[in-house]
Amino acid sequence: MNLDMMAMQAFTGLSIFTILTLMALGLAIVFGLMGVINMAHGELMAMGAYTTYFTSLFFAKFLPGLFGIYFLVGIVLAFFVTFAFGWILERGLIRFLYKRPLDTMLATWGLSLILQQLYRQFINAKEVEVTTVSWLKGAWQVTEGVSLPLSRLFIIGLAVVTAIAVYMFLYRTRWGLRIRAVTQNRPMAGAAGINTERVDAFTFALGCGLAGIAGSSFTMLASTGPTTGQAYIVDTFIVVVFGGVESLLGTIASAFMIGQMQSWFEYSMSGSMARASILLLVIVVLYFRPNGLFATKVRRA
Amino acid sequence: MLSVSNLNVYYGDSHVIRDVSFELAAGETIAIMGRNGMGKTTLLKSLIGLLPVRSGKVALEGRELNGARTYQRVALGMGFVPQGRMIFPYLTVEENVLTGMENVADKTVPKWIYETFPVLEEMKARRGGNLSGGQQQQLAIARALVSNPKVLVLDEPTEGIQPSIIKDIARTLNRLKAERGFALLVSEQVLSFAMEVADRLLIIEKGEFVHEEKKGAVDTAKIHAYLTV
Repeated sequence: MNLDMMAMQAFTGLSIFTILTLMALGLAIVFGLMGVINMAHGELMAMGAYTTYFTSLFFAKFLPGLFGIYFLVGIVLAFFVTFAFGWILERGLIRFLYKRPLDTMLATWGLSLILQQLYRQFINAKEVEVTTVSWLKGAWQVTEGVSLPLSRLFIIGLAVVTAIAVYMFLYRTRWGLRIRAVTQNRPMAGAAGINTERVDAFTFALGCGLAGIAGSSFTMLASTGPTTGQAYIVDTFIVVVFGGVESLLGTIASAFMIGQMQSWFEYSMSGSMARASILLLVIVVLYFRPNGLFATKVRRA
Repeated sequence: MLSVSNLNVYYGDSHVIRDVSFELAAGETIAIMGRNGMGKTTLLKSLIGLLPVRSGKVALEGRELNGARTYQRVALGMGFVPQGRMIFPYLTVEENVLTGMENVADKTVPKWIYETFPVLEEMKARRGGNLSGGQQQQLAIARALVSNPKVLVLDEPTEGIQPSIIKDIARTLNRLKAERGFALLVSEQVLSFAMEVADRLLIIEKGEFVHEEKKGAVDTAKIHAYLTV
């Protein structure tokens, strides 16, 4: 293997890492922090992707001159649409099921089927393509043998920005403090004076909004269909569980490891063997560290 | 200040608090004493809104609290330190204190907190879960006090804490009460602690108050009889 190949492999690993990070950030909040198993998380990503798709149609029709920026608008819109949907979902369904994880799973699984059918019925049963904006087409030719696709570079940047924003929000703001207090001990947070209901709705909505951002950015890599979400949800859960729930940095580190493994394993063996090996490794690690790789150790009150 | 009348609390079908009534005056301290399983924690949790009340009335300064959520009760002037402290283990000490400041305009830990509990200032960057039991108790009290409560409710503050620190906590509470002017409702099994802080002792048995003693003329033998199995 020469140097160029090495660089390309590392870049592919980095790209998968950032994609996994984007996917997992939302679930790290909804599942990792709140403990809600939202089986419709993938469909929320699809919702973000469709939002971006409609934004592109809107710009193509009414603002063709500004088509170059539609993608940025689409990402922001995807966040707000899924955020709003998440808020309604929490208030209308999830909050009644906090003490019933199994029912949450069933209810959200049902919701995911309903959403898939709605996408099929009202948007398109076939996959839809989003036109990539011109400034994200092509690749950056670093050396003769190394070329880095601009769309993937953009996703790397987006993941970094999003991860930093989420981290700052959770650890440096009053809202973040509320979220962390409520997710650690809901009744006690209420007894300390925090409006737990509003925080729950906000936290869940935030996780959904992040799913929207992920879905939106993936329109550059793949087309969007009614079952797109299903393709993402498994990887997303694996990343969060492997990293250790309740640990945001763990989620990111786990995405990094899985991304690199995927890239290098795929180089040396077939795609499905690579995936099987990764799953096997994850199982072995979880066997010895059931709380994930990066569980925080403290004396629990 | 805090008036409770004909309070009834159930766990499913079992009647845990039976027709309890009492009045906590401004600046007063009441210690509720009783053995395990007699309803101390249930009573206090129902006052702060962590458990639903079947019937009866709870009012703070004449304002009815029934139906109000826990956080609304805190906003109205209740402070709560639960049994087992229940500090947030993954938040730092400072963040733990800050969680209590939802209804305060200035969101920085007030100086008097760190003056009262210097150990919390020393450890403010540590995770709450890594503190010792006594330190966690101080932290839980600080978290409840920063909301400037009119009534502070403490559920078994001495549980699992070494005797020398129990004395410190009693002294600190008495001083803070004088300085900050809140009323105190504490559930307790340690008589010496209760005697140190309380103006009145109420004995609870099977969900009812069965005996009352006033400070000064406490019949310790009689109370011991109630507290031992």
